[in-house]
Amino acid sequence: MNLVRFLLDNRTDLLDSILQHLWLVGLSTAFAMLIGIPLGIVIAHRPRLNKPVLASANIIQTIPSLALFGFLLPVPWLGARSDRLAILALTLYALLPIIRNTYTGIDGVDPAVVEAGRGMGLTESQLLFQVELPLALSVILSGVRVAVVISVGVATIAAAIGAGGLGQFIFRGISMVDNRVILTGAIPAAILALLADVGVGWLERRLRWR
Amino acid sequence: MLLGRSGSGKTTTLKLVNRLVTPSSGEIRVNGRRNDEVEVTMLRRGIGYVIQNAGLFPHFTVERNIGLVPKIEGWPTERIRTRTRELMQLVGLAPEMAARYPHQLSGGQQQRVGVARALAADPEILLMDEPFSALDPLTRDELQREFLLLQERLHKTIVFVTHDLREGLRLGSRIALMEAGKLATVLAPEEFVKSRDPWAAAYVKAFGDGLESATNRGLS
Repeated sequence: MNLVRFLLDNRTDLLDSILQHLWLVGLSTAFAMLIGIPLGIVIAHRPRLNKPVLASANIIQTIPSLALFGFLLPVPWLGARSDRLAILALTLYALLPIIRNTYTGIDGVDPAVVEAGRGMGLTESQLLFQVELPLALSVILSGVRVAVVISVGVATIAAAIGAGGLGQFIFRGISMVDNRVILTGAIPAAILALLADVGVGWLERRLRWR
Repeated sequence: MLLGRSGSGKTTTLKLVNRLVTPSSGEIRVNGRRNDEVEVTMLRRGIGYVIQNAGLFPHFTVERNIGLVPKIEGWPTERIRTRTRELMQLVGLAPEMAARYPHQLSGGQQQRVGVARALAADPEILLMDEPFSALDPLTRDELQREFLLLQERLHKTIVFVTHDLREGLRLGSRIALMEAGKLATVLAPEEFVKSRDPWAAAYVKAFGDGLESATNRGLS
């Protein structure tokens, strides 16, 4: 078993790469949630903004990731450290599913329920935090889940600009024409994506209101 | 009682009272005060609001649904609890319903919760927008009967929207008939059935025709 042997020999390297990978994905997802959820809430309440915002997020999504990494490279503060750059790019990619699902989730709350709440004298922020967000939560989380899974995959490409992560093995393996090295990066990346999917999915079901 | 056909402006009139709709001109007075002088959330908390299909919060238990306004008004937990129990008894809900969610209740039970929720902070005024129209006839009859008993005890000012003449005659003390966004006439139930007002007469006739044709079919 060549592959197992190779994995064991490189275990510290592999562990470092996994941690780097998690750091890239974790931080970018957190940023994307911080930006995307409020944006989704805003466009759900101001329908006029929803087309331009969703269209912009859509356009970002269509830029090939390798090109985006390349574009951002000459930017002064960002280009100085490749992990900053990778986190920014990953954040941009994670925005669309989070914005869209927040919008869909809040837009899907029964208008009669919202009006009943308003008629009872709830303020707009009480309506948002006690009614709209709790009811939209599982839909929002399924957007986060999609975002995380995409990020785990795209983050492997971040190695091309030297941001580290599991992509290092993949790129190294390609240039060495060595499948063992490629798999050393690819298998843990796939496992991470699956774990994230299952983990956030579990959270999503736990927090569903029924 | 605001009576009228669909689109005649009953619900809009009702929503003008608690400012869910803002008038394009004129003023609305609630207890002699212009309702736009009062802070809007304060105004609404002083007016109970019941809608068709109850509009309960699906993620809250019955208990939390009823206790929501008291809670945001900052009542102590123990008082909210007592008040909730008291209201549930008042509207005829068994105490074990407290921990249930709205989707676990029947339509009639949901509407009882809706009424209890509107009464929670003991408002002087109650707005009810076709509260019983989505219920089956037997449940509706039961709730209408209880509504009368409740009103005997509580003496609230109630503005009640309905398109059902029978309901208007049964529950109302005055019936305001609306047609095409205008108030056609305001009459007591006993006057309404004898009224010469064309709109009122048309309503009574439609109601009578229904009964008559049913009887005729029984004869033939």
